[in-house]
Amino acid sequence: MSDKRFLSGDEAFAEGIRLARPQVISAYPITPQTIVVEELASMVERQSLKSEFIHVESEHSALSCAIGASSVGARTFTATSSQGLLYMAECLPYAAGGRFPIVMMNANRSTALPWNIYGDQRDSISQLDSGWIQIYVEDAQEALDMALQSYYIAEHKGVSVPVMVNLDGFILTHTYEAVEIPSIEEADAFLPPYVTDNKMDLEQPKNMAFTVGPNLNMEFHIKHHEAMLTALDVLNESDQRYGKVVGRRYGGAIGTYHTEDAEYVLITLGSITGMARNVVDDLRASGVKAGLIKLRMVRPFPGDQIVKALGLAKAVGTLEKDISFGAEGTIYTNVNSAFLKNKRVIPSYNFIGGLGGRDITKEQLTECFYKLREQKEAEPIQYIGLAIKEG
Amino acid sequence: MKQVKLIEYEEPKTWADIPWATCSEAGILITKNAGWRNERPVIDPKKCIGCGQCYLYCPDGVISFAEGEVSIDYDFCKGCGICSGICRRGAIRMEEER
Amino acid sequence: MQWNAKNLPKEELFYGHKACAGCGGSLATRMALKVLGERTFLAVPAGCMSAVGFVYPQLCFGNNAIISTFAGTASMLTGIQAGAKALGLKDYHVLGIAGDGGTADIGLQGLSGAIDRNDDVIYICYDNEAYMNTGIQKSGLTPFGAKTTTTPAGKQIHGNQKEKKNMFEIVAAHHIAYAATATIGYMEDFLGKVERAKQTKGTSYIHVIAPCPTGWGISSNQTIHAARAIVDTGLWYLAEYYDGTFHLNRKPKKKNQVEEYLLSQKRFAHLTPEDIHIIKEQRDEKWKQIEREWEYERVK
Repeated sequence: MSDKRFLSGDEAFAEGIRLARPQVISAYPITPQTIVVEELASMVERQSLKSEFIHVESEHSALSCAIGASSVGARTFTATSSQGLLYMAECLPYAAGGRFPIVMMNANRSTALPWNIYGDQRDSISQLDSGWIQIYVEDAQEALDMALQSYYIAEHKGVSVPVMVNLDGFILTHTYEAVEIPSIEEADAFLPPYVTDNKMDLEQPKNMAFTVGPNLNMEFHIKHHEAMLTALDVLNESDQRYGKVVGRRYGGAIGTYHTEDAEYVLITLGSITGMARNVVDDLRASGVKAGLIKLRMVRPFPGDQIVKALGLAKAVGTLEKDISFGAEGTIYTNVNSAFLKNKRVIPSYNFIGGLGGRDITKEQLTECFYKLREQKEAEPIQYIGLAIKEG
Repeated sequence: MKQVKLIEYEEPKTWADIPWATCSEAGILITKNAGWRNERPVIDPKKCIGCGQCYLYCPDGVISFAEGEVSIDYDFCKGCGICSGICRRGAIRMEEER
Repeated sequence: MQWNAKNLPKEELFYGHKACAGCGGSLATRMALKVLGERTFLAVPAGCMSAVGFVYPQLCFGNNAIISTFAGTASMLTGIQAGAKALGLKDYHVLGIAGDGGTADIGLQGLSGAIDRNDDVIYICYDNEAYMNTGIQKSGLTPFGAKTTTTPAGKQIHGNQKEKKNMFEIVAAHHIAYAATATIGYMEDFLGKVERAKQTKGTSYIHVIAPCPTGWGISSNQTIHAARAIVDTGLWYLAEYYDGTFHLNRKPKKKNQVEEYLLSQKRFAHLTPEDIHIIKEQRDEKWKQIEREWEYERVK
């Protein structure tokens, strides 16, 4: 039977990983991720988790070790954040191109310089092209549930691609909520054991992670790309299956809130979604037809789903804690591309905020919707909550 | 024990012929190295005492000896000349490739 | 088990590769696999051995083998070992083979971590004294005086001005279970050390000199001669470290032939008598320490 406890996002995620029974865990500390590997270490100590728990010497080694374990067919887990993710960056396309279905938690945190340990999403978003599936969760419950579901998606025969699950640093990793923990029996009923032929095998030796010349190299990448796209459907499948076994469902790559008749829609990812939902409620109460799209998966990118969900909306805003310096928010770029591909002409704004842990308030979110309604701003890229307003 | 082997290779024609991951059967060769050679080692069986030093020091592992009989796999010998230099009996001479 | 030409397994596990003719690194790899056998999981980083043996569909290892990232050889070994253990596999070895740059420079962090954890893996550094795969650049194991493409021999730079990093003793300072130095020029000694590593529970490290004809500027038939001369001249030594102590395995006989060793290689052709004097002094200092502190013992 499931159990209800008061847990931080990091602790909840560790519970989800425990339920997935990874055979190898490679651990290296970085704030605000560290609690996850500490929790897993104590689970191994208490024997509530049977796993090879390895203290590595860097994030590069953390992922390299996970790749090694996966290369003999073991289910593996590691976790990181910010500078750590960037330090292991070399190994990201390696794990993805090798089709090793590793699950990694990333605590979204600002990247230097200037130094800052608080949350924004520039770390993971800078790695969108590394070939990993990227999932963003809203609260501790979804963190736990997606920890477990990530293995289902990553290890699915048609996918076999690593998954990075992103939790907003501190706002989610360190904030306590009541969380329902499925039983190990439920988890086992949901998640089948990991079976693959993409592994070194003592009975049938393999040569792996090889070089491919220009004559065939592109075909390998296109196969990887198509497997990534499959993950959009596999997420739905996982959601249905999880709903049946555990009793909670989240939907697919996007979650919608009052978009059916919405005129003004905000796109969010991560923990800000909860507050945005309250803002939509308030606006609806005052007669503004506001709606919300929560991006649960950013790679593969559910562009067509976003356009479809927008229906007849009059304007859309993409809210993100990310900036591609010298261009715009990267999620915004992706969203606009989806509009163009689907021949959907719509005023599209980019609300960039939360960099380096800057708070985003309810009033500021309300203001975003007003900007969508009034469309007085000539500049489609808007910064939220700058301390210095005058130019 | 598994021996690395040369096979007849067919270029992939369909998507299914491309492996889905970077993982393939170990020890498969599709090309030879014979064309690298300017000189080939030739063993004089009268001088050879079957000590195996040439086998031991060949970087390409192309020299085999069973029951004292030494032979060279000319498909993969690169003609480096190490065997000729290592042989204490002068039983291996390097001959120009024609 | 004392391995020799007659009792080694006949099957070749590294065959048909595209290494240069006379390549010392490929010989070290071939021979290590003979001792360890087909139930060996091998990781090789980006570098010569992966470039010459691993281009799909031509895959030259008969055993399980994988390319690691350049920095990730040892950490990948850790993962393979942990995965194999977790899956309950039995009767296997986990081996890494990396060059001097992959070991003493970019891979040093991972190697240090694996030794620190005493992971049950074998790590072989084949040392050809520069980054050869990328076209002969200086590494942390390039010897004093050597010309590389990043330490040209001219008036301003005059070859590499640093001594080799002492990897053997750096590794030993971790209190590693077993470490050894070797050369492909004395093959039975090397094979014995691989066997010893095979028997060792915990981390083993073997540092084997493996001349590169291309990078050293010697003809392809001189690889073994150079690999012997480096030991005979005392510029390299055959030794072991275990149970917390150092053991010297061989006393060199021809220590006065340094000039011949150096000047027969193009990378040293520019050396002046003063340079050679410095090299001899460095060598003699090392030998004083070895004779003072290490026990003399032939390899078991």
